Amino acid sequence: MYTQGLDGQPAEAAVVDESALEQRFLARVDAEEKIEPKDWMPARYRNTLIRQISQHAHSEIVGMLPEGNWITRAPTLKRKAILIAKVQDEGGHGAYLYSAAETLGVSRDQLIEQLLSGKAKYSSIFNYPTPTWADVGAIGWLVDGAAIMNQIPLCRCSYGPYARAMVRVCREESFHQRQGYDLMLQLARGTPDQKRMAQEALNRWWWPALMMFGPSDANSTHTGDSQRWKIKRFSNDELRQKFVDFTVPQAKFLDLTVPDPQLHWDESKQQYSFGPIDWSEFDQVLKGNGPCNTERLAARRNAHAAGAWVREAASAYAAKRRPSAAGVAA
Amino acid sequence: MKGAAETDAQALFRYVLRLGDLSLVLGQRLGEWVGHSPALEEDLGLANIALDLIGQARLLLSYAGEIEGRGRDEDQLAYLREQGAYFNAILAEQPNGDFGQTLVRQVLIDAFQLELYERMTDSMDARLAAIAAKSVKEVRYHLRYSSGWLVRLGDGTPESHQRVQTSLELLWPYTVELFAEDDVDRAMVDRGIAPRLSEVRAAWVERIEAILAEATLKRPADRPHAWHGKRGQHSEHLGYILAEMQYLQRAYPGARW
Repeated sequence: MYTQGLDGQPAEAAVVDESALEQRFLARVDAEEKIEPKDWMPARYRNTLIRQISQHAHSEIVGMLPEGNWITRAPTLKRKAILIAKVQDEGGHGAYLYSAAETLGVSRDQLIEQLLSGKAKYSSIFNYPTPTWADVGAIGWLVDGAAIMNQIPLCRCSYGPYARAMVRVCREESFHQRQGYDLMLQLARGTPDQKRMAQEALNRWWWPALMMFGPSDANSTHTGDSQRWKIKRFSNDELRQKFVDFTVPQAKFLDLTVPDPQLHWDESKQQYSFGPIDWSEFDQVLKGNGPCNTERLAARRNAHAAGAWVREAASAYAAKRRPSAAGVAA
Repeated sequence: MKGAAETDAQALFRYVLRLGDLSLVLGQRLGEWVGHSPALEEDLGLANIALDLIGQARLLLSYAGEIEGRGRDEDQLAYLREQGAYFNAILAEQPNGDFGQTLVRQVLIDAFQLELYERMTDSMDARLAAIAAKSVKEVRYHLRYSSGWLVRLGDGTPESHQRVQTSLELLWPYTVELFAEDDVDRAMVDRGIAPRLSEVRAAWVERIEAILAEATLKRPADRPHAWHGKRGQHSEHLGYILAEMQYLQRAYPGARW
């Protein structure tokens, strides 16, 4: 029941003229038509989508951990319920995204194996710790806020199943972002201890949130093709700027200080100008040297290993009940 | 000497706390699983049940606070009571163990809540009747989930069978307390607020035996129990649960969250 049996690439019709097919594909993309799973698509397009969608799915799954860390300690029953529902939504997003990736001819099992072996990446933001309750608010406000900036354009992505999954994901993410902001607001208007907690969480998450948009355009390796294929509609730097312009006034409303002494309003550009990002930190976290890389992956591996007997039992039970299907599920 | 109305209110307060604390402590335990389950669907399933249980606890503790009439709300009751003032049956506070152990505990409590709430939807206490009517829909789904897993694990592999049978032996003795009737329970029956526990137990046994049979598991023998969580006498586990759950409220007294 955990194997989808979709190993390998779907058989493609004997190709007479690849370049003619590719031209037709590009014409459809240019005309804003959706590409669907059974349609012909270039192998690079398929691989780019598998990489991107599975990374996104993995990020949702690993992303359950830093916030899940606070479920048992949430300070009111209402906040506890909101947090459980939120972490559950993230798991749900992971589930639809794995399904969207499966339409491209990989199985969820293969993708999870890539995550657990360390071969696949997930968003580095989840390699940062959540030492206080305010971090839960900061993740909702900033991390989900940044994710929305990245994801709203994906609702118009050329690949149909991904675009449709993102419509639902974005609706839920914007709800999470508002809940995170509400949590921060409560802290920022609370006792001096609570306000300090909120400020420290902003200090911890601000720069990592800006790094979520990826390397600056000059150094981004995937942007060109992705833009041509209408997977990506805005560059990393454009989205990052949009996020800063959107978020700085929210920080002001909270009466919290964005930890960037160079941040100022640029009257001529009608946008905020911000200080340089420390890309060496980003590179280190990406290489596995962030504060929680080891812990996060270990938590996923432990859960998977500890659950092996449960998955085996489920498969064995299913095989007993459906003798005709025996051997497929195993 | 206390007036009859006051005694009645105290008994009802205690009874509603028992129900609320059972849901709260079990929900708290399930919350520990989120992100660590054997498969993504189980993270979603356990989170969903935890969420329902916390929701039930909120309704019940809010009502308990109103019955008490001292201005305590759901959070003051959840976060600022000591363990001796918690009245859940101690089955709920037992550790998660492996996934099978969690599911055994869940089946035992889900079936109890189902049989209880089904009989409480026509309670003379309109508020409890309404809470029961809402909760019964939830716990019916919980039991479908938990018993589905218990059957798969019991009738899965030799290893899974062995594991859940061991968990069943471990947890079964704590079920006795769910049905141990005391003055509070009797007062609820007399006032038409709650069903008789012996009746709940008979239905529970029938339901559990059917599930165990399908799961190819053996029902352990009943043993007398020495625990009285319903009177505030708990195992060693509740202290840790509360220390974790109550930490922020205790560390920052008076703060609003």
